[in-house]
Amino acid sequence: MPAVIPTDSVGLVHAQTVDFSDPLTLECGRTLPGYTLAYETYGALNSARSNAILICHALSGDHHAAGYHSLEDRKPGWWETMIGPGKPIDSERFFIVCSNFIGSCRGSTGPASINPATGEPWGLDFPMVTVRDWVRTQAALADHLGIAQWAAVIGGSLGGMQVLEWAMLYPERLRHAVVIAAAPRLTAQNIAFNEVCRQAIMTDPDFHEGRYYAHGTKPRRGLALARMIGHITYLSDDAMRAKFGRDTRNGKAFSFGFDVDFEVESYLRYQGSRFVEQFDANSYLYITKALDYFDPAAAHGGDLAVAFAPIRASVLVISFSTDWRFSPERSREIVQALYRAGREVSYAEIEAAHGHDSFLLAVPQYLEVMSAYLQRVAEEGRA
Amino acid sequence: MSALRPDLAVIAQWIEPGSRVLDLGCGEGELLDYLRREKGVTGYGVELEDSRVVAALRRGLPVIQQDLDAGLRQFADGSVDTVVLSLTLQAVRYPRELLLEMLRVGREGIVTFPNMGHWQARWQLGVAGHMPVTDALPHHWYDTPNIHLCTIRDFDALCRANGIAVRQRVVLDDRRRSNWAIRLLPNLFGEVALYRCTRGTG
Repeated sequence: MPAVIPTDSVGLVHAQTVDFSDPLTLECGRTLPGYTLAYETYGALNSARSNAILICHALSGDHHAAGYHSLEDRKPGWWETMIGPGKPIDSERFFIVCSNFIGSCRGSTGPASINPATGEPWGLDFPMVTVRDWVRTQAALADHLGIAQWAAVIGGSLGGMQVLEWAMLYPERLRHAVVIAAAPRLTAQNIAFNEVCRQAIMTDPDFHEGRYYAHGTKPRRGLALARMIGHITYLSDDAMRAKFGRDTRNGKAFSFGFDVDFEVESYLRYQGSRFVEQFDANSYLYITKALDYFDPAAAHGGDLAVAFAPIRASVLVISFSTDWRFSPERSREIVQALYRAGREVSYAEIEAAHGHDSFLLAVPQYLEVMSAYLQRVAEEGRA
Repeated sequence: MSALRPDLAVIAQWIEPGSRVLDLGCGEGELLDYLRREKGVTGYGVELEDSRVVAALRRGLPVIQQDLDAGLRQFADGSVDTVVLSLTLQAVRYPRELLLEMLRVGREGIVTFPNMGHWQARWQLGVAGHMPVTDALPHHWYDTPNIHLCTIRDFDALCRANGIAVRQRVVLDDRRRSNWAIRLLPNLFGEVALYRCTRGTG
């Protein structure tokens, strides 16, 4: 709990939801009979409605990007380093919206929600959702909020994929796109990691074909394992070495058994078990599938520049030197394709030690780049 | 907004209004900013140094952070009208390859560099016996980023040997202006050389 809320925080915030009652036909061909979307907003919309920024979150994130829900909160929102008064995404200049997506377990309609046709939780009967579906629902949210055009749409990792989809699908609805630590499609290695995570969940005896809600249980071991694997891939070798080295827990001697010896084991087990309390295993399955399916170039013979041809927004692409899950090379593919498509693109490659997780951290050059770019976005919005 | 530095002003004159430009080693984007505002040019800067990338972004310029020593592979053939390399050639690892790459990516290349043939440089090395430190070459040998210094005569030879046609050349003094002595003996009196090149013989 923060003794006092820092002055550069958006402060106390609350989540909102909006219900859409029209059926939504999804990319997979199935139809969702209405849905709920959870979101938060920070700052104020100006009279011209020209200062709105949409934040797209990543796999395990949600719409609580900044501030505190109560004074009892141990931690602020997941992007507190970036969003707030005087911060790069400045809540005194922008009206900031962070939207959750369908398939999530954090307040929007997802596999843990009740299927109106059966009165039971959807489980694996929930239709497969894609990045494009998410963007279409976020566009419905923009309509609901009266925002015809975003000053910028910003996201990291899976959020960056949503930003790209926004720019391709609704070219006139955003002026700037900020794509951070993302990729134009997952590599085989990346899909492989996702598959191991899914198998960990689905082979857990408590999975019950995704109907674990009815059994009053959940695939704890599987989901915890999935999170542990994820964590390893989000950090760099160097960052793990610096953080844990070969330190043993509390400096104790080896146990010569299979209990926790090393700090890194303790850390992973803690992260895994904590995640289980916060996240639904089925949502994890659906969201990782959406990641795997994202491939805008596929419909254009693999030519990303053709896929990017409709884009009108100016794009800023950012990558991190030690990110091996979404490496700088993948960001450069995005930059190269935007250049070939003749689009306005900037690219910053940030030296940062913490791998993929760097996009969530207060890396000085990263904050500088975001500040510089968004200052210009703000000035355009005023003009 | 102060007037454009004289060497950049020469480059700006050579660039057609409304054309597409790639400015390699764009620094804080002074030239590109001018070209976009005054000549309606669309263009990108390429810069490696963190603080300069931030400065160029603050100006609202599209800037791509990249090491020129990694080449220009991601820039497609003939994708811009002009590629500019301003006072950077001497600091890259593969100047010849970069020059040829520039003329692959652009129809035209503009290259500027400090002239090691300038009399002050010759005097300091040939008579005083130490590595030159001049207005155009302000670093000491131990802290200079310049690893491929050349003279105007050297550059001419490089162009001839690689089928690069020199369309126009301007040579300026230490105040980045031209005068009669420079026009007579550019390799002796010129401190900064500016070349406008294309592929092919000429």
